[in-house]
Amino acid sequence: MDHGHLHIDRTTGVIDPATRRAPHTGGSAMPAVSVYIPTPFRKFVGNRQHVAAQGADVAGVLADLDRQFPGFAALVYGSDATVPRHINIYVNKTEISALDGVATKLSDGDEVAVIPAMAGGADASASSDGATPRRKIGALTAEQVNRYSRHIIMPQVGPSGQRKIMESSVLIIGAGGLGSPIAVYLALAGIGKIGIVDFDTVDISNLQRQILHQNDDVGKPKAISAKETINAYNPDVEVVTHQVPITSDNAFEIIAPYDYVINGADNFAARYLVNDACHFLKKPLIDGSILLFEGQVTVYLPGQGCYRCLYPSPPPPGMVPSCAEAGVLGALCGTVGTIQATEVLKLILGVGDSLHGRLMLYDALSMEFRQVRIRRDPHCVLCGDEPTVTGLIDYEAFCGGAFGHTNEEEQKAMDAAKAAREQARV
Amino acid sequence: MAVKVKVTSVLQKVTGAKVVEGDGGTVGELLANLDTSYPGFKQQIMQDGHLHRFVNIYLNDEDIRYLDQLNTHVKDGDTISILPALAGG
Repeated sequence: MDHGHLHIDRTTGVIDPATRRAPHTGGSAMPAVSVYIPTPFRKFVGNRQHVAAQGADVAGVLADLDRQFPGFAALVYGSDATVPRHINIYVNKTEISALDGVATKLSDGDEVAVIPAMAGGADASASSDGATPRRKIGALTAEQVNRYSRHIIMPQVGPSGQRKIMESSVLIIGAGGLGSPIAVYLALAGIGKIGIVDFDTVDISNLQRQILHQNDDVGKPKAISAKETINAYNPDVEVVTHQVPITSDNAFEIIAPYDYVINGADNFAARYLVNDACHFLKKPLIDGSILLFEGQVTVYLPGQGCYRCLYPSPPPPGMVPSCAEAGVLGALCGTVGTIQATEVLKLILGVGDSLHGRLMLYDALSMEFRQVRIRRDPHCVLCGDEPTVTGLIDYEAFCGGAFGHTNEEEQKAMDAAKAAREQARV
Repeated sequence: MAVKVKVTSVLQKVTGAKVVEGDGGTVGELLANLDTSYPGFKQQIMQDGHLHRFVNIYLNDEDIRYLDQLNTHVKDGDTISILPALAGG
């Protein structure tokens, strides 16, 4: 049943002025009606049950409400600017699909009611949008409006920003110290699809900092434990688990379907691999690393510098200890991972100043944040003016075996991956 | 000429402190001076007269690679930060 069309910018929720009715001015014959506002939408209209509005027809009234309460139309209209099937609009108790849809004419004193279904109804069918499948989110359901209300009431987010979050996909490398807070906050924010790359199993020594996993998860694959935790927080999130070590052979395949990549890897080989793969696939990379009481965070945008510009080559084995060797304060992971989650949400929303071009240094002992400038290095072997690295390489050889392995199992998996690659080459 | 040098945890094993002071008109001279005060200091960050490529040195907030590298001049009141890559996650 067609409810009629208004042209609304899907990302901003702004109604095209050409289809927006002129505001009512005193003396015109525009009918004045009362609009019943359902509970989940009331916080957007000053907590009122009824709101006065004017318009020749239902679309005109919705446009007037959007003028009075910016963003209101985006609550009602789906991404294709039609009223989605889970929202019913009534004029004097008759559903408008039985009348003339949003073109239903109104008279003075009519009552218009906007009634969303109380559960379900979001149109999240994935469609192919170039290389990246994007989910399309229709109007938010009543439950979603409630769940994300603290986001939606912020002008920097609003219903359209929340929809952008829900249409985004983020790949998290590692479900460990950094990956845990990143995954939890992105799940709570309602990211549409979260990918988790981790082949490890939960060890009791992880529980001092890795908030994705709990006592009962010891022995369980981390990716599975992560998925369970994420969906316990927010069942709307689609979680894709990649229970393999990320290697030169599978990195493109794993990373390509996602909009953003967040690095929470625990070794240099994976860091260089993920950096290089993101460069070739032109994916924004939100990078973070930790040790003891210190953390480093930054954002690499495609074509504007990379991890190799900052650190052209890894330390020789043994020069920089891993967390397993030297230790890490559990709460430090929360601070650094939460900054990474914040940065990806800002990129998705297109708000604020990203950490791009800046390396944020956090020292928990002195409780100091400092920043240094970073930039694209024209001599960078990957993204410089005359690149010599033109494809993924052997990162284990590049890093001289200095992976900071956390346990034997990881070593075994890496060895197996290497053996498989060597066999494939023969 | 006293310049403040901030080091991260890995170098603190050598210096015993997070912030140390050294003398020198350039970053290179400063590092040589610190190596005298803290034997083994240079070995952690340099090899054959060159900085390790996983270690960056910042004069205030600027990477000395984009200034005059080890010949970058330093003056009283400047802060030098020595930062190695971290891999932990």
